[in-house]
Amino acid sequence: MRELLEILERNSRISTGELASMLKKSEYEIENEISRLEREKIILSYGALINWEKFGDDKITAVIEVNLTPQREVGFDSIAERIYRYDEVRTVYLMSGNFDLLVIIEGSSLKEISNFVATRLSTIEGVTQTRSHFMLKPFKKDGVILDNEEQDRRLVVTP
Amino acid sequence: MSWNDRLSNAVQSIAPSGIRKFFDIAAQMEDVISLGVGEPDFVTPWTIRESCVYGLERGYTSYTANRGTLELRTEIANHYKKIFNVEYNPDTEILVTVGVSEALDLAMRALINPGDEVLIPEPCYVSYAACTILAGGIPVAVPAKIENEFRITPEELEPYLTDKTKVLLIGYPNNPTGAIMTRQDLLKIADFAEAKDLIVISDEIYGDLTYDGVHECFSALPKMRDRTLLLNGFSKAYAMTGWRVGYALGNPDFIGAMTKIHQYTMLCAPITAQMGAVEALRNGEKYMHKMVAEYDRRRNLIYDGFKNIGLESFEPKGAFYIFPNITSTGLTAEEFAEKLIMAEHVALVPGTAFGKSGAGHVRCSYATAIEKISEALNRIEHFVKKSKGGKL
Repeated sequence: MRELLEILERNSRISTGELASMLKKSEYEIENEISRLEREKIILSYGALINWEKFGDDKITAVIEVNLTPQREVGFDSIAERIYRYDEVRTVYLMSGNFDLLVIIEGSSLKEISNFVATRLSTIEGVTQTRSHFMLKPFKKDGVILDNEEQDRRLVVTP
Repeated sequence: MSWNDRLSNAVQSIAPSGIRKFFDIAAQMEDVISLGVGEPDFVTPWTIRESCVYGLERGYTSYTANRGTLELRTEIANHYKKIFNVEYNPDTEILVTVGVSEALDLAMRALINPGDEVLIPEPCYVSYAACTILAGGIPVAVPAKIENEFRITPEELEPYLTDKTKVLLIGYPNNPTGAIMTRQDLLKIADFAEAKDLIVISDEIYGDLTYDGVHECFSALPKMRDRTLLLNGFSKAYAMTGWRVGYALGNPDFIGAMTKIHQYTMLCAPITAQMGAVEALRNGEKYMHKMVAEYDRRRNLIYDGFKNIGLESFEPKGAFYIFPNITSTGLTAEEFAEKLIMAEHVALVPGTAFGKSGAGHVRCSYATAIEKISEALNRIEHFVKKSKGGKL
């Protein structure tokens, strides 16, 4: 049920009752559908999109291009797994183009991240090269503009 | 000097808007939730805004042809051919106006001789009667009935016909009721218009906002193309209210007469708005469908909400309004709206602002975020419980 997923992707706090009304289903049907989507791992988790910078956290995010030597039978999968198992790693994508994996890492300082790259990431067997880029400012994340200055400018009552 | 002696009788005969009072109260409040807004809460899709900015950067700041840019008229003609299979010649049968409001005003001024009567099913948009009066005509309100979900039938129109009746002015999907007319309903109206030789002005500004079915374009009905003036624009479907761009489609003589007034008064619609409108028709459709899907979910939510509160309403099928019946509270529409905003800080509009037949109803716009609709429904429920318990 695509529409249900689209609503939840934007707002997972919406109540079952509201969902039922919006989609013209019973609450029972909505609950069943959500359980099924969770069971089948189509819905993976419910989170909030947080502007940590605004909260006051000085997190550092690095986007790292990683080149690999593919391995027989498993290709890039097993190296990718060795990388994504680390808690510090937020995101891992296999890419086409000049590098193989795009790895996004979060840490509390430059030192922590460079340490991670130097001692953990680049020492993994099969990793041939890394290029780290530090993120300076996020503007839009997962479809949400972080400092959106668009506001409701409509008059309060109009015909 | 007394200005009352000097202002035109027509202007003086028009009653002040029934909305003003609620606007003044709501504007004072900090935490007001407004279900009283007759325009989308979305901002115009970026691709449309961007095309306008790009146009400004390239120096598009001049007048355009009176009828609108040929580019826009061609896009409008293509759109109507594609969606409704009805053809209009961009050179002679399309006039781009400053919103549908201007088109309606031009149409009335081009058509009406003093004393001509215009049949107007009510409740309806506030400008219909006013534009008729300003053009020297006589608006004849024909009450649509809740039992018929505010649709109009030839049987209801017939008793209001006189030898002065010239025009039938309809607006479906309807503001304020959310009613639509099915193809069957419209075919009956078409036969009636043909038999009585009426000109039909069909305001279809909410046409794209039709749920559970497709919009029927009046001029696409058999034999209706020549006697119909079709009005539409970009305000509602593409969230472009402030851009002020609409259009009229119709017979070349009629469009020519309207263009004559337009060229001496408005000259042309703003060029930037016309550029945005071109982009809306070329690339805006998917954004429009996304907004319509969101309105549809809100419609379902607010319809269920009023049902649960115990305020009876028929299920709206178009636009973004629901028109619940509030007579069970023992209050009139004005009392309900005024007490609600004072007690619960929720703004809505009494049905009587849209004609006498709106009595006992209030118009709630669901062009607002889901969270706000839910909160407004909670407040209305609280209010209705108190008022039914006699605590107001």
